[in-house]
Amino acid sequence: MVFEKVVEILRNYKEEPELEVSMDSTFEELELDSLDTVELVMEMEESFDTSIEMDTELKTIADVVGLIEKAIA
Amino acid sequence: MSFSIIGTGSALPKTIQTNDDLTEYFETSNEWIVSRTGIEARHICIEESILDIALEASLNALDNAHINPKELDLIICPTLGGDTVTPSLACLIQEKLEATCPSFDLNAACSGFIYGLDLADAYFCRNREMKILVVAVDAMSKLVDWKDRSTAVLFGDGAGAAILSNGDDLKAIRLTSVGNQHALCIPWAKGNHPLLKDQETPSPYLLMDGDEVYRFAVAAICNDLKTVVKQAGITFEDLDFIIPHQANLRIIKSAAKRLKIPMEKFALQINSCGNTSAASIPLVLDEMNRQGKLKPGMRIALSAFGGGLTTGACVLEWSKKSF
Repeated sequence: MVFEKVVEILRNYKEEPELEVSMDSTFEELELDSLDTVELVMEMEESFDTSIEMDTELKTIADVVGLIEKAIA
Repeated sequence: MSFSIIGTGSALPKTIQTNDDLTEYFETSNEWIVSRTGIEARHICIEESILDIALEASLNALDNAHINPKELDLIICPTLGGDTVTPSLACLIQEKLEATCPSFDLNAACSGFIYGLDLADAYFCRNREMKILVVAVDAMSKLVDWKDRSTAVLFGDGAGAAILSNGDDLKAIRLTSVGNQHALCIPWAKGNHPLLKDQETPSPYLLMDGDEVYRFAVAAICNDLKTVVKQAGITFEDLDFIIPHQANLRIIKSAAKRLKIPMEKFALQINSCGNTSAASIPLVLDEMNRQGKLKPGMRIALSAFGGGLTTGACVLEWSKKSF
C-alpha cells in the first residue's frame, strides 16, 4: 500500500509513468540527488498527511517506505 | 502604517569566482553546483572591506533617492556582522556618510532586510516625516568553511540598500522566528578567560543541515507568501513580481510549483551572486529598479528565510516614478 503510493509519487515527480521501481531501487539508480529525496519526502508527507523525520540517510525506496510506515503507524 | 521606497542601491565586490574556480579548493564541478543550486558564480570580498560595499550600496541608494546623507533620520543595517564586533557596521557607515542620525545593526540572518523594513515601519508610526536607510550587507565568504564543499559553494558577498520615506508602498508584512541552533549555526569566538577550561574549540564556521533548511525554506516561502497576499487583500495573480531570498534555485522552484505560481514571476539573480544572505533581496530589487522594470502601481512580494530560524515577507505597491 505504502510502496504503491510511493511509486506513484515517484513516477509523477519524474514525469515518467512507466518508471520501473522496486523496494531495492536506490535513489542513485533513479537519478535522484539529495534534494530530490528531500522534495519527495515533502510530497509524501503531504500525501500521507504525516510528518517524516529525516534523521537517517535515505538510500533506497525501502528506506523511504520504512520511514513512512513508522510515521503513520 | 506604511512607507515608500524612494531609492535603491547595491554593491558587489570586484572579485568574481566561477564554479570552475572553486574546483581549485575542493573536489566539485560546475555541473554538480549548477544542477543542485542554480549558482554559476559569486562575488567575494578580497580587496574590499565589508564597510566598502556597504558604503557603496548606501551612496547609490542616496543618489537614486536624490537626498543628502545629512537628511537621514535613521540607519538600520541588517547584517550578521561587519568588519568589527563594535563599532557596528551601521555606525561606521554613518561616519563615512557624514550622517548624524542614530545607527545600529540588526541580526536576522538572511531575513534581515524584511526585518529592517518592519522595524522602519514602526518608526514611521512615531514620525511620518523620516528618511530611513536600510542597508543589508553580508560577507558570507568570511563565515563559511572553505574546506567544506557542501556549504562554501552556496554563498557570496554583497550589499543592497533602500531609502524609505513617507508614503504608502507597504501593504502587508509578516515576520516569524522559531529558535533552532541545529539547522543553521555560525558559532561565536569563545573567549580566553583563564577559568575557561581547554575545551575542544568548535569550528567557528557555518554549520548547516541542508535537508532541514530546504524543507524549512520551501514551507516558509509558501506560508509567508499566502499570508501577506491575503493580508494585502490581493491574490497571486495580482503580483507583478516576487523577489525571493536567493538561497537555492531548487527551493524557489519547489515553492513556485506548490503555490502554482509561474517561475516567470520570480525575479532571480542567484546564478551570478549565490546566496548573499541579508543582501540578496535588496540586490535584486536594485537591479530591477535600475533596469526600469519597476513601474508605479506594480505589486511586488518579497519573501526571505534564514538562520534563527527567521522568516519574513511583505507586499509592496511600487510608487517611485522612474529610476
